[in-house]
Amino acid sequence: MSDLSRSVAIVGVAESDEVGKIENKSNLQFHAEAAYNAIKDAGMKPSDIDGIVTAGTSTLNTAEFLGLNKIKYTDSTSVGGSSFEIHIAHAMAAINAGYCETVLVTHGEAGRSARNRPGPNLSDPASQYEIPYGFIGMPINYSMACRRYMHLYGEERTRQALAEIAVSTRKWALKNPKAYMKDPMTFDDYHESRWISWPFHLFDCCIVTDGGGAYIVTKKEIANSLPKKPVWVLGVSEGHDHGIISQMPDLTRTWAKHTGPEALKMAGLTHDDIDLAMIYDSFTYTVLATLESLGFCKPGEGPDFVANQRTAPGGDFPMNTNGGGLSYCHTGMYGMFLVLEAVRQLRGETGERQLDDPKTCLINGTGGALSSTGTIVLAID
Amino acid sequence: MSEEYKKPIPSPQGESDFYWEKAKQEELWLRECPVNGPYFYPRDISPGALRKDTKWIKASGKATLFTYSIVHRAPLPGFVDDVPFVTAIVELEEGPLMPTNIIMDEPTPEKLKIGMPLVVEFEHINDKIALPKFKPV
Repeated sequence: MSDLSRSVAIVGVAESDEVGKIENKSNLQFHAEAAYNAIKDAGMKPSDIDGIVTAGTSTLNTAEFLGLNKIKYTDSTSVGGSSFEIHIAHAMAAINAGYCETVLVTHGEAGRSARNRPGPNLSDPASQYEIPYGFIGMPINYSMACRRYMHLYGEERTRQALAEIAVSTRKWALKNPKAYMKDPMTFDDYHESRWISWPFHLFDCCIVTDGGGAYIVTKKEIANSLPKKPVWVLGVSEGHDHGIISQMPDLTRTWAKHTGPEALKMAGLTHDDIDLAMIYDSFTYTVLATLESLGFCKPGEGPDFVANQRTAPGGDFPMNTNGGGLSYCHTGMYGMFLVLEAVRQLRGETGERQLDDPKTCLINGTGGALSSTGTIVLAID
Repeated sequence: MSEEYKKPIPSPQGESDFYWEKAKQEELWLRECPVNGPYFYPRDISPGALRKDTKWIKASGKATLFTYSIVHRAPLPGFVDDVPFVTAIVELEEGPLMPTNIIMDEPTPEKLKIGMPLVVEFEHINDKIALPKFKPV
């Protein structure tokens, strides 16, 4: 796939008008606001869009809501929060195959304030074998994976790593005016926060907010004609190795063990070339397991890798500079927001939290019960 | 039992009717693949090898604790009276991992050791369904 590297770019990114706790807006309203804003950010027109992609609802709904009625490529791949990383790969493939020229990817979820929520599909394996036991909601699922990690690599050092990630991510959030969490977090605050599902404290878990996001992927020739500098897609890789948590082949290694190296290889880069890491942080543990799986460090070395606030502002491994799902925004499928921050950092648009001229970013989305991953490597000229 | 039960109830499917029927009789049964051995959860065609010549085998009901969580925040209103309770993945003597609960009053990390021996116990939640759960030996 390396011949596709740099063949497409992300040219527009946006959130919905607001993110946070926002009542009286539907999922589709968030999609629409974000789409409008992203098209504007790209300097494009609605009629430029000929591909539509989303997760969690059908593209029939999003395209119709937006009045996009000349769609040539449609994709509703929905494998959890990583879907919006995987969508970049699919947009790249579709554009290069000649299906379309410009793909709009949208997300909207009233994760906090939705007026109604779908129930589980009663014929799913989870409904028979996990949900009756209370395996409901991701904190419980992920905490069991974390407990296994603690058994293999030591409880105390794992706990310290989780605290480092929670505290450093909050420091970034304080530099993001859109972040939901506005108060500083000390290590004591972390350790004293209540238990949700041991070993997870409250502050191991992402927040739950409302909001939406959108980005636009287009081919090289169009990207080069637009007002803002294109953010090139250098490497992509996607996949999954299980569905429900009890079927996960190794509770301490996500499928990023495959997608990380593959995306870097396609990009022609190594871990040391990455200026910014945007790592899906549904939970502190998600970050720990993902950094190891991606190959930034070896299995069990994550606690040393993130020690001493290395991922915080001023640290030498900047990560989740928007404040993450832990402290900025998490609607349920957070992967969209990883892309928005990556593009803005590379463009130099992030104000107080702006890194010093970053050229490359690795994004890793994780979806389901640590089930699916999508790794994307981006760069700006 | 019955009307009092407010938690989600499994909805057996064609490939799992036998499993739930046996659970009601307080027996734990697994599917076995001629290539890869016993597996969980039950389906007629084996995972990975996709063999159709699989068979049912009766499990010993013995297991060890593989990992767990102590749930403090009830995930649904039906679980409010249960917290704190233990969700767990156990390693059955026959090999497969299985999601379940550990039956334990006032669970703490100190009382829950990875690798500790467990034995199955069935909780009859209505006339049709019994949930296989595990308790320390």
